[in-house]
Amino acid sequence: MTGLSIENLSMRFELPNGGHVQALEGVSLDLKAGELLSVLGPSGCGKTTLLNIVAGFLAQTDGKLVLNGHEINGPDAERGMVFQAGALFEWMSVRDNVSFGPRMAGKKKADYMGNVDHLLEIVGLQDFKEKMVYELSGGMQQRVALARCLANDPDVILMDEPLGALDALTREKMQSLVLKLWKETGKTIILITHSVEEALLLGERLIVMAPRPGRIHKEYRLPFADMGVGADLREVKKHPDYAPTREEILNMIWDMEEEIMGTAGEDE
Amino acid sequence: MADTVNLVCTRERLGEVVTELRAGNVPDGQIVGDTFALPAGCEIASGWDTFSYQFGTLGAELWSETKTVMASAASALPSIAFYVIVILACMFIYRAIKSMLTPTRDYTSLKTVTFGDESAVRSDFPASVLSIILIFVIWGSFTGSALLPGFLHLPAPYTGEESFTYTVEDDAGNRDDAEIFVRVVGAGVAESEMVFDEGDGIAKNDGVEIGVYRSENVLWDSNDDVSRRENGARVVAINGQEFDFAFGTDDAGPAPSFDLDFAQVTITDRGSINVVPDQGMQMQPLYLPAPEVVWNRFIEIAKYGYQNVYLTVHLGFSLFRVIVGFMLGAAIGIPLGYAMGLSNWFRGWFDPIVEFMRPVPPLALIPLVIIWFGIGEVGKIFLLFLAALWIMAIAARSGVSGVRITKVHAAYSLGASRWQILRYVIIPNSLPEIFTGARVAMGVCWGTVVAAELVAAEEGIGKMITTASKFQNTDIILLGVIIIGLVGFGIDMLMRWAERSLVPWKGKG
Repeated sequence: MTGLSIENLSMRFELPNGGHVQALEGVSLDLKAGELLSVLGPSGCGKTTLLNIVAGFLAQTDGKLVLNGHEINGPDAERGMVFQAGALFEWMSVRDNVSFGPRMAGKKKADYMGNVDHLLEIVGLQDFKEKMVYELSGGMQQRVALARCLANDPDVILMDEPLGALDALTREKMQSLVLKLWKETGKTIILITHSVEEALLLGERLIVMAPRPGRIHKEYRLPFADMGVGADLREVKKHPDYAPTREEILNMIWDMEEEIMGTAGEDE
Repeated sequence: MADTVNLVCTRERLGEVVTELRAGNVPDGQIVGDTFALPAGCEIASGWDTFSYQFGTLGAELWSETKTVMASAASALPSIAFYVIVILACMFIYRAIKSMLTPTRDYTSLKTVTFGDESAVRSDFPASVLSIILIFVIWGSFTGSALLPGFLHLPAPYTGEESFTYTVEDDAGNRDDAEIFVRVVGAGVAESEMVFDEGDGIAKNDGVEIGVYRSENVLWDSNDDVSRRENGARVVAINGQEFDFAFGTDDAGPAPSFDLDFAQVTITDRGSINVVPDQGMQMQPLYLPAPEVVWNRFIEIAKYGYQNVYLTVHLGFSLFRVIVGFMLGAAIGIPLGYAMGLSNWFRGWFDPIVEFMRPVPPLALIPLVIIWFGIGEVGKIFLLFLAALWIMAIAARSGVSGVRITKVHAAYSLGASRWQILRYVIIPNSLPEIFTGARVAMGVCWGTVVAAELVAAEEGIGKMITTASKFQNTDIILLGVIIIGLVGFGIDMLMRWAERSLVPWKGKG
């Protein structure tokens, strides 16, 4: 079977003072190949932990992760990751960053250069190939990060708030780009975000996570991502379902944050 | 029964008492005051007494030293204040001229808030130039340099010929006047016979030649008809100014002293005349040679060498030691730092060693290194190796530790192996830190090599200074200091240039 299946995933950190933190408890999720899942939740709900486990940077304490029929243990080129910022190699040019994966895999230059140039064209950086990454703006750097991830042709792309450090206008443009890349490449994408709008616009599926312990609170299937491909995202926001769903999710997260603040207050 | 006793002795007696006690075999069981006689000048003291005595004397000595230092510092305050006034005066004059000539409207000049705005503070190039010029002006004016126009010189010491009169009276009450001709000659002027007319009368004219910055005791009666010893002759007036002075007695009071135009003339209590020509305010060449003297010495040494060693050889040996020592230190230190940055075990193993050795200044190891390796090249290079080793190890360690985990994660999720991550992520990421460490290490190595050569070497720029100081060749010492400073500056510039061209991504991650 193709796709990613997460079964009853739990993550528990022991603390030096003898206590423990239940970062995730009983998270189960099935993701078909080509789906785009966005993950929302208040701080501390374990969404980054979930992503790190899927990426293979952390080993779960309980549960099972299966991708395309084999279990996940450790990082691998089949699961590419796009970080919020600071993950590019500033000692390399844009082209060398994008071709990093194929180069590490020992592929011949002739085999990957065409694809690298093509990807740089898709993300709109064909004129910046020879530049060093620190010469680019924040938005351009995230385009490089997306292209670098795609150049490695992973089965799953994990995005940890990839647009979180960008200004609002750049962010909107990048959201369209993410949708375009998703449709063109047909990759399975898990996208973590703090922005409810972004989660609604990009997520074909959307899960809202709750903290203490980290778990899936509610799941949505949304039409907006399909509408947004190739269209103006501001038009999508005018859809009659959009605003009510947004309000519902915002209230949900707002209540969770209130609860956290409330109990934190009691602790003191 | 106590088997030891503490004695506190006066400093003068201390050595003798120790010798006495060593020599005399003190049998067990002696009781003070009964069978054991206390050595003279000593007292019995409790342990606390000796302890507090030590700290008491230490405190007293340090306090008196503090007073001396504070007095010296206070005496420098007027000069510092004068210097600050010169700096401010230059600033206001320069700004006034500049704003008259070129009223600028650039970004910084339009800022109203500059105080506290770090970006508005840049190094003013004309200020740097003026500051260097002023150093040479001060240097030149204190040494009477020929490079400066005369009005900038501080008063020079007197040179030339002058004379003054002294009046002699003998036991019989006879009086006569005679002249003393004084010739003050500059350094390096050959001595010559003074030709003068001795005149007549019981006192004859005298002549004396004095080197600049020297003084001379004139035995005026050596050619006179009367003498101090046989006729009780004595000087009663200088240039007609009479004085009364009871020669040869203890309570004679202050010796008569006369401030002539060109010299201070004092009658000694033996009756001779001491002539001290005016010394001016310039410094003696022994203390501070003029800039052109140092420059000429530089040309001379560059051509012919000093003490049979060429300047290039001195410099070449010093640089050779620095480069070899630094290279060895980096060759071991960088892998060590990587190991410490990448492995718990190596971090634990080397942390105590590195953290202990790091604060030990390499200079403190010079005596040990000389004992171990002698004064040859191996010892000095070992010293520089140690100086560079810890700095490079710590720089490499922090370079490795400083890699952002997202970069490592990204590399892993792009399919890189451990070795590939080391080669393509960790090493390039640590290079800026390593270059910073290398700059520091080169600076420390350069300082250390000069100090090591001061202590023991056959050749080297530090050795040149030590040799020159033995011959009081102050110009060569100054020249050496200037060369050391320039070479150190040059090394730092070179390292900065290498850093800019080799790790342009520094600080841009």
